[in-house]
Amino acid sequence: MITHTHRPLRVVLYEGSGSIALPAESRAKVMMALLDQGYTVTRSGHGASAVPHDDRSLLVLGAFEGRAPALEDATGLVSIDTRDITGLAPDAIVALVSKSRGDKPMNEPGKWKPWFPVIDYSRCTNCMQCLSFCLFDVYGVSEDNKIQVQNNDNCKTNCPACSRVCPEVAIMFPKYQAGPINGDEINESESGREKIKVDISSLLGGDIYSALKDRSAAAKSRFSKERSPDKALDERKKCLTKLVGDGFIPADVLASLPSTEEILKKAEIAKAKAAAALAAQ
Amino acid sequence: MSSPATILYCRCAYAQVVPTGVKNDVLQQLCASEASFETVSDLCEMAAHRDPRLQAIAACSKLRIAACYPRAVKGLFQQAGFPLPAETEILNMRTQTAAEITESLLRSDS
Ligand code: SF4
Ligand code: SF4
Repeated sequence: MITHTHRPLRVVLYEGSGSIALPAESRAKVMMALLDQGYTVTRSGHGASAVPHDDRSLLVLGAFEGRAPALEDATGLVSIDTRDITGLAPDAIVALVSKSRGDKPMNEPGKWKPWFPVIDYSRCTNCMQCLSFCLFDVYGVSEDNKIQVQNNDNCKTNCPACSRVCPEVAIMFPKYQAGPINGDEINESESGREKIKVDISSLLGGDIYSALKDRSAAAKSRFSKERSPDKALDERKKCLTKLVGDGFIPADVLASLPSTEEILKKAEIAKAKAAAALAAQ
Repeated sequence: MSSPATILYCRCAYAQVVPTGVKNDVLQQLCASEASFETVSDLCEMAAHRDPRLQAIAACSKLRIAACYPRAVKGLFQQAGFPLPAETEILNMRTQTAAEITESLLRSDS
């Protein structure tokens, strides 16, 4: 499921013929304020190409000296509104845009954080470990049996744990602070990778992870015979608490973990999906 | 004469991981130039809901993008279903200076 789909108005700062150019400082102030509120802004000047338009409403701002032209889209698909901004201060221009937008819904910064894994397919080997690892169904398999991020809304904000389980360092979170999770180049000689993998296996209480990874009957029976679900859950919580304490994952991930039964069920489903995709390759 | 480049600036407004000084300077320098350019509030936000505007952007020739790490930006477009052309130039406001970035964005090829 994808939410937060309200696209913003496209605002065009028109400085071509028939309009006076704004002072550079005011132009920058207006653009910063509009972008920080979530709008998309095009500066229409000279010397570079504009991105073609889509089906959204267009708001054209220009210093037309009281003569804002009435414009109509030749295809009839897009509504175009023009506004004269002659002599207006940056704040007044931003207020004009808000008024013009009215109560049309729009995504706005500050109300939601776009946090989800992004796969670097130039590194990904389609091993499916991320699919097996994630307890919140973020990953899925495409029709052609490739790993895919399918439910990015399910991802726990600020939790980059799955990036550490990927043996190819192919999972990025662009809003993360540090590299290589933020997309920074990977130092192939990084020695911490093995250690990280051990952390993750303990994060899941050991047995669940190895059961998923090995996909062997032996691992499966060891899980069911040697550990009671309660014990596995206790152990997982202890390890998660440690990772929360280390500041690697946020506390609410711990609070929102599914029940042990659900985890086991999810693990089975993920394992079956991964096995089917791997077999079909 | 060759066709002009398309310049795109990402504001990273939904979670500011790009240093404010750099992103403000880049925008100010673009605004001080004569060039047309496109700005978006947050490419991650657009990729999260597969905004079709990413397709329009990816279809532009000679694209230059000021955002963050090239691997992340390419991944976002690809994951949204609109891979960037291989020759797209991605400037990284997390690691480069504003001067380096605007010089590359506004460079004339002719
Ligand atoms: S764990 Fe990494 S390499 Fe394996 S499928 Fe997931 S992204 Fe690809
Ligand atoms: S692409 Fe990079 S610069 Fe743009 S919003 Fe995402 S993290 Fe920020």
